[in-house]
Amino acid sequence: MTDIIIHCTVALLIPPLLLGVIGKTKAAFAGRVGAPYLQPYYDLIKLFRKGSVFSETTTWVFRAGPVVTLAATLVAALLVPLGRHAAPFSFSGDLVLFAYLFGLARFFTTIAALDTGSSFEGMGAAREVTFSCLAEPTLFFALITLARMSKSLSLSGILTYPTPAAWLAAGASMLLLVGALFITLLAENCRLPFDDPNTHLELTMIHEVMVLDHSGPAFGIILYGAALKLFVLGAIFINVALPISTGNSLGDWGIFILAMLGLAVAIGVVESVMARLRLVRIPQLLVGATILSAFAMLLVLR
Amino acid sequence: MSSFADQLLVLVMLINLVMLGTSRLVFSIRAVAAQGVILGILPGLIHPFSGHLAGITAGIILAKGIVIPYLITDAVRKVQIRREVEPFLGYISTLLLGAVFTALAFVFAEKLPLAPEHKDLLFVPASIATLLTGFLILTTRRKAISQVIGYLVMENGIFVFGLLLTEAMPVMVEAGALLDLLVGIFVMGIVINHISREFSSIDTSRLRTLKEE
Amino acid sequence: MTISLEPTACLLAAAIVLALSGVPGVLLNRPLFGQRLAALGAVVASLLGETAVIALLAGTPGITYQLDWPLPFGPAILSVDQLSTIFLFPLFLVTGCASVYSLSYWPGGKQAGAGKLTFFLGLFAAAMVVVVMARNGVLFLMAWEVMALAAYFLLTTEQQSSEVQRVGTVYLIATHTGTMALFVMFSLLRGTVGSFAFPVAHSLSQTLPYATVIIVTALVGFGGKAGLMPLHFWLPGAHANAPSHVSAMMSGLMLKMGVYGILRTLSFFCGLPAWLGWLVLLLGTWSAVNGIALATGQRDLKRLLACSSIENVGIIFIGIGLGLVGLQTQTPYLVVCGFSGAFIHIVNHGVFKSLLFLGSGALIHGTGTREIDRMGGLARRMPATSLLFLVGSLAICGLPPLNGFVGELFLYVGAITDGISAPLPVAALVAPVLALVGGLAVITFVKLYGIIFLGAPRSDGARHGHEAGAWMTGPMALLAAGCLAAGMVPPLLVGLVTPAVASYSGMEAGAIARVTGSVPFVPLAIVNGGLVVLALGIGVVYLRRLRRFLPAESTTWGCGYLEPTPRMQYTGTSFSELVVNLLGALVAPLRRRPGTAGVFLRSGVRFDYEVTETVLDRVLTPAFHGVGLAFSCLRKLQHGQLHIYMLYIFAVLFVLMLWTH
Repeated sequence: MTDIIIHCTVALLIPPLLLGVIGKTKAAFAGRVGAPYLQPYYDLIKLFRKGSVFSETTTWVFRAGPVVTLAATLVAALLVPLGRHAAPFSFSGDLVLFAYLFGLARFFTTIAALDTGSSFEGMGAAREVTFSCLAEPTLFFALITLARMSKSLSLSGILTYPTPAAWLAAGASMLLLVGALFITLLAENCRLPFDDPNTHLELTMIHEVMVLDHSGPAFGIILYGAALKLFVLGAIFINVALPISTGNSLGDWGIFILAMLGLAVAIGVVESVMARLRLVRIPQLLVGATILSAFAMLLVLR
Repeated sequence: MSSFADQLLVLVMLINLVMLGTSRLVFSIRAVAAQGVILGILPGLIHPFSGHLAGITAGIILAKGIVIPYLITDAVRKVQIRREVEPFLGYISTLLLGAVFTALAFVFAEKLPLAPEHKDLLFVPASIATLLTGFLILTTRRKAISQVIGYLVMENGIFVFGLLLTEAMPVMVEAGALLDLLVGIFVMGIVINHISREFSSIDTSRLRTLKEE
Repeated sequence: MTISLEPTACLLAAAIVLALSGVPGVLLNRPLFGQRLAALGAVVASLLGETAVIALLAGTPGITYQLDWPLPFGPAILSVDQLSTIFLFPLFLVTGCASVYSLSYWPGGKQAGAGKLTFFLGLFAAAMVVVVMARNGVLFLMAWEVMALAAYFLLTTEQQSSEVQRVGTVYLIATHTGTMALFVMFSLLRGTVGSFAFPVAHSLSQTLPYATVIIVTALVGFGGKAGLMPLHFWLPGAHANAPSHVSAMMSGLMLKMGVYGILRTLSFFCGLPAWLGWLVLLLGTWSAVNGIALATGQRDLKRLLACSSIENVGIIFIGIGLGLVGLQTQTPYLVVCGFSGAFIHIVNHGVFKSLLFLGSGALIHGTGTREIDRMGGLARRMPATSLLFLVGSLAICGLPPLNGFVGELFLYVGAITDGISAPLPVAALVAPVLALVGGLAVITFVKLYGIIFLGAPRSDGARHGHEAGAWMTGPMALLAAGCLAAGMVPPLLVGLVTPAVASYSGMEAGAIARVTGSVPFVPLAIVNGGLVVLALGIGVVYLRRLRRFLPAESTTWGCGYLEPTPRMQYTGTSFSELVVNLLGALVAPLRRRPGTAGVFLRSGVRFDYEVTETVLDRVLTPAFHGVGLAFSCLRKLQHGQLHIYMLYIFAVLFVLMLWTH
């Protein structure tokens, strides 16, 4: 019971902090002081207190988009085990539901973007669905590989399986999986080198351009949903990449939160040292990630 | 030690895929050099240490990791090409084909009547996969330099296979290293030949005649 | 009710009512009245049929009827079993909806050909009922031909258009080529069994001399009807050009008759060749990936839906392939998950694809165009259609909490279980493939929904679009409610197909329950409920905040450009261009670029960009063209000069003389 409460609290409260840490890391690389760690929280509170402006072309779909997206992401957050603890809601086969919840979120984000009738937002929507579609097989290859190793069909079983012993036994495939999952994490969350969240040219954006017309509370919901998605996919990555367990429940939670912050720093570093890829190269990298995870599966089969 | 060798062979196969996916020639050359260095380390991992072995390792690393890449890089610099512009088959397609070939290599290696002590190691599939990758690069890329890289990758594949089959290791591996050098020089001959044929239009002397007009 | 609920009799009665429902419309001089009578008949027949289906599911066995007709092919045998129910359930549901829908979509007296349309619609549905019930090869073929020809007359309702004539001819050639294969199949079956009556299930050995030929001809004949690649080429054109409620029935129901034929034929055999399961799996995968790739690039609303039918048939065949592989290798989880997934998808696709086709009819009715790129902004003008269409789009993408997800979940669980426990898990590769197909489906239907209903209108037709009447939205609402109910309460669907899976696979109920226990349809119902409650909760909070600060209205942010026009919006073609280029190898996009004079375009040029139908446009048409050219050389022999004809005769005689000696 305690674990469930902690799970919900952590999943609800930590995500914006990740954005803050990424921002701070990037600022440090650029030699600036940067915004405070808690800046995303201030932003959210401010956005929820603001009025909204809606385009004349929009319909109820535009208002429903952020709401459904957030709801789907929240449900997904309940299915993922955090820090070696089983998820509050776990059943065999939940990994398929997990992947499809993100599909639902994507569907609503993109139709909300198309609802504005802006060509830029249409373009962003087209890119978002295309690149996510290419990232999908990677996730499934990775999950099947882990499912085979752990002999389990539920996310909790699969993701609490990687232990130091498992790493020693199948180091190569675990490394490949970690690589593939990291690429997927960056692609799904529209981080560099796939998309630059801070760019100022609409033509080059993916996620940010889709939400150009949202304002006020709706934009707050979107920001929070994006942070939550980063958190959820990051948690999957951490579970695979960091097979440490102290045996103490609270200790595990501490390690998990530290690891998530570390991941945020790593993303910040990647964003500081890499340039955005040209658009035509992005599919190549995503297919490469698919091949990595398929290769991991091949190695496990031997 | 052999499990570490397996991890290195996985790396060799990943480098294959990297080479299939990149369009930058210099990057491909570096990748093939890295592959060469890994191949140089491999004999030391699967055979007991001796002075002879150290010499061979150093020789291979020198030849595959430094000399040959340097020669090709030099050629690239001379002809001033940085990218493979229009391959016969797109990068994503070759990448996917490479992945399929790698999987097939695993299937094929299962079917081969190998000695039981070799069954569990990755040497045979890695060797076949590397061989096929080289073949793929040779057939799908246009530029002569990419083709040289293809030859080198194929040769690396044969080298991996050779590592496994020989009992009388030192002599054979030494011969392999020598053969490498030979191939390297031979290949450079082809390079120059090809380059003079294919790139005559961007020859510096030609450019100068353009300028005079 | 004094009528006893004997399922077979009920179904036969329903078929007769359906077949005769259009007759008054043809005979009477009052087309609208005739059509209303027909719709009433269809609804009565549907209710009767659904009652029978429910009775069958509840365990009432169907009686076998044997009619001694004067034809020399043995008695006509009619019966129903568990396998028939999964086809009959969507059949009656969709037929009833389509008939009511046609009252407003194609009203008699106002639209030409309504009497003919109504007559053949009833006949078409009745023929499908008989196809599913026939247990005699000749009766089956007769019903099959009536179905195929009725479909031809339905789809050529607008016979003045040359496009309709063309696709009608292609359809006719394709369906008769398939029927030819079926003639071969049933003749061989007669030769093997000794009568035209269907053999008892699992009674034939696969080592019989013609077993392989029977199976292959069944795959060709029925696979062509189902739209399995590479025999799908007739499908997009035919479904796109038929009246929309007919497209709904062709796509939602008639394709499934092909699936039914294959399933029925395979059920005769006990033990199947090992390659068959893998072949079906491969063909299914190909159809799924290539079908949705084709759909993504389409510009015509109904062509897009038709191509996505190929994808869905592919998914059904993936499930059947998994099941067959499981039967071959004795793996219960593959059998149960594969067949359950396939059967659930058969029902689901019948419902949501019909919903989408009926929706497309409402759109064509309201705007007068089928081109996606000429629509836009219709959610404001057609709110009901827009909402129902959204339900259909979400369902067809397989997204929770709708019914499409349930079928795919079974396939995923089967594939991943295979990945866990099989020594060489080839079937596990189905999961990433399905994920890719699902991703492409999201692209396709985001494009379809977003470009048609959202944004600003792109043409006059879209600007003056009007909502369809209650006769049209009503049936659609019923289908959408079905999608939602089946998605929110997955045990409904599982209960619908489990008897069929049990009878088809020959497994005990306990063994099946053990496998379906590992498919999380009960937790899924809880999660779906939670998802809806959560979305509503967040929505209410959000709306309250909105009410607090009155929202302002403005134009869409044009990134600094001040005078955006609707024509500047992203079109469907541009939306899918990125992915179509990536999938160039599968869909072969055809570009016709205008030439330039200097830096300017020449006047009066246009840029064309379309996704072609590879098999039809690049293989069959050129091949037939080539054959035609080759034969046209022979025409030189035929020139009307008598003395040269005499010469031919002498030449032939001379050759014959030489040959005999």
